Amino acid sequence: MEEHETTDGRRRLIRALLGSGFAASIASFLYPAVRFMAPPQAAESAVNQVSAGKADLKPNTARIFRFGAKPALLVRTATGEFRAFSAVCTHLNCTVQYDNEKRQIWCACHNGQFDLNGKVAGGPPPRPLEQYTAHVQGDEVVVIRG
Amino acid sequence: MFRRVLGWVSNRAGLDGARDFLKHKTVPAHSGALWYYFGGVTLFLFVIQVLTGMLLLLYYRPTPTEAFESVQFIVTQVEFGWLIRSVHSWAANLMVLTALIHMFSVFFLKAYRKPRELTWLSGIALLFLTLAFGFSGYLLPWNTLAYFATKVGTDMGGAVPVVGSFLRRFLRGGEEVTGATLTRFFGFHVAVLPGLTTLLLLAHLALVQKWGISSPKRQGESAPAMPFYPNFVLRELIGWYGALAVLGTLAALFPWELGTKADPFAPAPAGIRPEWYFLAMFFTLKLIPSKVLVFDGEVLGVLVFGLAAVGWMLMPFWDNRSENERRHRMLTGLGIFVIAYLAVFSVLGYWG
Repeated sequence: MEEHETTDGRRRLIRALLGSGFAASIASFLYPAVRFMAPPQAAESAVNQVSAGKADLKPNTARIFRFGAKPALLVRTATGEFRAFSAVCTHLNCTVQYDNEKRQIWCACHNGQFDLNGKVAGGPPPRPLEQYTAHVQGDEVVVIRG
Repeated sequence: MFRRVLGWVSNRAGLDGARDFLKHKTVPAHSGALWYYFGGVTLFLFVIQVLTGMLLLLYYRPTPTEAFESVQFIVTQVEFGWLIRSVHSWAANLMVLTALIHMFSVFFLKAYRKPRELTWLSGIALLFLTLAFGFSGYLLPWNTLAYFATKVGTDMGGAVPVVGSFLRRFLRGGEEVTGATLTRFFGFHVAVLPGLTTLLLLAHLALVQKWGISSPKRQGESAPAMPFYPNFVLRELIGWYGALAVLGTLAALFPWELGTKADPFAPAPAGIRPEWYFLAMFFTLKLIPSKVLVFDGEVLGVLVFGLAAVGWMLMPFWDNRSENERRHRMLTGLGIFVIAYLAVFSVLGYWG
């Protein structure tokens, strides 16, 4: 009887050792594979200032320009003032556009609306659009983050 | 000579056993048996997808500078290229439709009940894989609609609590939808998903074989049966030919649009909307306000959709009556409600 118990105990121990060894080997195969699947962290683009093109935009129109890797929107208001925003909708990441009839910024994907200060004017977006500083230098509009 | 070769193959491969097995296998025959064929039709459409997908791979190039042009080349220059691509796109849509019909018929006939819980779970997993095929394949032509659909879809992944930002980066291959996303989606679409689907499909079919097809028989009565071969197989073939006729007609008369090439620096075009099977979700997301209590609208949307999907998947465990017991009124009502919600919101999403 005692002998049986000892054998059972040994078996359990061996099974536990084999099992954990096997599990550990599987984990050691999976770990690099999982790490491989996550894309390397790209350095945040250091772009803080870009040219948004010529200052010849007509009042009550807008254009998309590149701000680093992301699209941004330069609006010339009806009064002739330049305003710049991130063109990435805060709802689900679509690219917004200027609606010159309603004089607001609009996202076609889920009907998000923003006023010309970037604030949410309607629809599902949870946060305002990031606003940049736009000013005219020579015949160009320069846009600065913050 | 032919007969001798056939005899030799049959002997060495043990085909006699398979023939015996087919001879004795039966399938229930009753008025609701029509619904049984939709699983087979879905399988048939999957085979069409594999075959046409292989053909498209001969010309398709998965990079942002070449993807759109290569599909354009397929549909304008390659002989029958327009047809192969159109069949692939239409079959994808029909496959989602037949898979949904199959799922709802299993639901209403209560075929998921004990002992077929695993068949249901593997079937739901196959439906998710089908949707993942649809979502990943949609991006491959790199057109405007696909680009924004992918931005929205992967951003929804980002709204999942805790793992959201990892999931979004994993799906996109970076912070934004770029060529890295296209490469990933191509890999998922032509290697990862087909592999997983094949394994799961084998398990699903093995389970169907193990437990037999469920028959909604009244207590005390046993449903009449028909031989699987040739009776059921020939009927199923009629279903496949029917599906092929519908597919061929749609593909030839309404060739799938290619649209315009994606431009990451252009606004989302007015009237943009996803494929029909994501329309209900799309319209719901439009309606949810930006803040509901403490939740951001889109986080709440993703949470509710996720929980609803898990709840639906666990159906056999809510309804643990045995297979021959009477229907579960509340769950049948829930099924009708789900169909009504999907139908109404899809229509509103299309027109609204």
